[in-house]
Amino acid sequence: MSMQPFASETGVCAALMRNNIDTDQITPGHTGMKVQKTGFGEGLFFNWRYLPDGGDNPDFVLNQGPFRDTKFLLAGTNFGCGSSREFAVWALRDFGIRAVIAPSFGAIFTSNCYMNGVAPIILDEAAVSAIAGEIAPDHCTMTVDLVRQVILSPDGHEHRFHIPDLQRERLVEGLDAIDATRKRDDQIAAFQTADKLRRPWVYAVEGAAA
Amino acid sequence: MGRTFFEKVWDDHVVADLGDGAFLIHIDRHFLHEVSGAVSLKEIDARHRTVRNPELTFGTVDHVLETVPGRGMTTRMPGGDDFLREFTERIGPHGIRFFDLHDPRQGIVHVIAPELGVALPGMTFICGDSHTCTVGGVGAFAWGVGSSDSEHALATQTVIMTKPKTLRVNFTGQLRPGVHAKDMILALIAKYTADGGTGYAIEFAGEAVRSLPMDGRLTLCNMAVEFGGRTGTVAPDEITFAYLKDREFSPRGADWDRAVAYWRTLASDADAVYDMEYELDCSTLEPQVTWGTSPEHSVAIGGVMPDPAASADPIARTSRQRAADYAEIEPGSPVMGLPITGAFIGSCTNSRIDDLRAAAAILKGRKVAEGVTAICSPGSTATKLLAEAEGIDRIFIEAGFEWRESGCSLCMSGATGGESFPRDARVIASTNRNFEDRQGPHVRSHLASPVTVAASAIAGHIADARAFASKEDEQ
Repeated sequence: MSMQPFASETGVCAALMRNNIDTDQITPGHTGMKVQKTGFGEGLFFNWRYLPDGGDNPDFVLNQGPFRDTKFLLAGTNFGCGSSREFAVWALRDFGIRAVIAPSFGAIFTSNCYMNGVAPIILDEAAVSAIAGEIAPDHCTMTVDLVRQVILSPDGHEHRFHIPDLQRERLVEGLDAIDATRKRDDQIAAFQTADKLRRPWVYAVEGAAA
Repeated sequence: MGRTFFEKVWDDHVVADLGDGAFLIHIDRHFLHEVSGAVSLKEIDARHRTVRNPELTFGTVDHVLETVPGRGMTTRMPGGDDFLREFTERIGPHGIRFFDLHDPRQGIVHVIAPELGVALPGMTFICGDSHTCTVGGVGAFAWGVGSSDSEHALATQTVIMTKPKTLRVNFTGQLRPGVHAKDMILALIAKYTADGGTGYAIEFAGEAVRSLPMDGRLTLCNMAVEFGGRTGTVAPDEITFAYLKDREFSPRGADWDRAVAYWRTLASDADAVYDMEYELDCSTLEPQVTWGTSPEHSVAIGGVMPDPAASADPIARTSRQRAADYAEIEPGSPVMGLPITGAFIGSCTNSRIDDLRAAAAILKGRKVAEGVTAICSPGSTATKLLAEAEGIDRIFIEAGFEWRESGCSLCMSGATGGESFPRDARVIASTNRNFEDRQGPHVRSHLASPVTVAASAIAGHIADARAFASKEDEQ
């Protein structure tokens, strides 16, 4: 599916201030993996969000009042560490979350975010904690501007961030990466031609055609 | 200024500089499995795209596939049959080499890729699984990707990535007997935290690494991702070349000689500078075991549960308190002696022949404690057959272990093989993730080396394998 463009968005921000929130917690392995890329919002944070009887866990932030419409999520260090499962990003996106703001992210998770129109935004720990401290159920509206690379906190404080140009432009425009790279096929072919001379064993796979 | 090992490999794979730190990187080997691979192939087919270089692409089944004897193309994982069926149906028409359920080369991707010589030094290697960094043990630049990056690589034989910074970890000194590669990596993560290597291309170096046989190097690199690393590698040396020679897909004849000559040029230059350096002294290292819900929650086997309140940072304190509550261990109490009801030897971390031999030396002539469910799943069908030829299967079975087929098995609740340990169980495992609910609902997982798992299975509680000298040694 094509990516939803993301230039500047305003919406509800929720805080889940724990370190090392891994992709097993974002989408546990037993929660309805399907051979598709959409329809995973219900499974988001499954083990934290639902009680064993299937009802909503009232203690979990995304089940509380305005935070049911969370668009931006604040978290501790190393968010999205663990498994490479892209289901985790699809679940965040399908729930309606457009950006996660944390001091650090799992590297694979970061790449998966770029591929799906979700912005992984790095702010230092003090800034993330400061924004989290401003949030209350009646005071949780925030703006994330990817063009200017600025967050406007609920109290109106500006926080600057940086996302590499190429990835940021793709998020802003909602561009498909494969289409863009296929336009460089001449470069890829030229690389392989030169590389075959230098490292022939890479390309001479025994019985190449299966 | 000289270049690091990683920088040499990176430079040899840049197709295009896309600006602001992003590059188009050539992929030498791409391995698919039935979970992320089914999704990426389905998307390729839906958009009528072709696989650009099927000859550089491989596939097998390991995740959803069960490991129970007599397994087939159905699984207890809800919806899992669709992954097995769609992947198997879609991979063939693209001309991708596929090691299916019945192929003697089937196994966990990260175990079979080095075993078959699919992963080689200086190569870029990706798979839709976070533990792809495992094969950095042979000197490949290997990392896990999501389904969309996998789809991008199928269509273009490239991925877009930001150039990672470099980190060298110097493991100084030599390991003492009874201490293994798993203990090295757990101790490292505990020392520098689970995001201590975040975003880095990590090179494991130092005296202790140079002495590690290949299986240990693969274990070390396996958990680079648990340290936040983009990749983990060990620069190739004579141990690497000896391991790879005559593997099925290794180069042969003149190509082999040329490849080795190139691989010898890859080690870091003497004056190369890394962005960061860490150090861990192996000469005093003890066997490690985890207590909590992150691989950074690791202590020496004789150590005690740390007090979460001792963390200075408030978020870290809250996170560790939550882990302590989940683990149900009192701060200050010893980790050794905690009763267990499950023991698992397997996964891409520790399921290779050296792991099985070491565990068998502990298990020989002994019995698993009553009330402990003990399971072993060798990392590949080839490893299983080799172990059986050595009589290792008999030792495991006579001790009371289940002897399984190869796959990801009980590493991950529900999704791998569709099995879980029972609710609230406390288990010890040779795997890589002790996350909440990872091996079953409210299951408390303790990560350790295969010998520690074997010793604990016999004792019925977390135990130090060094107290279990092999029965043969006692004679």
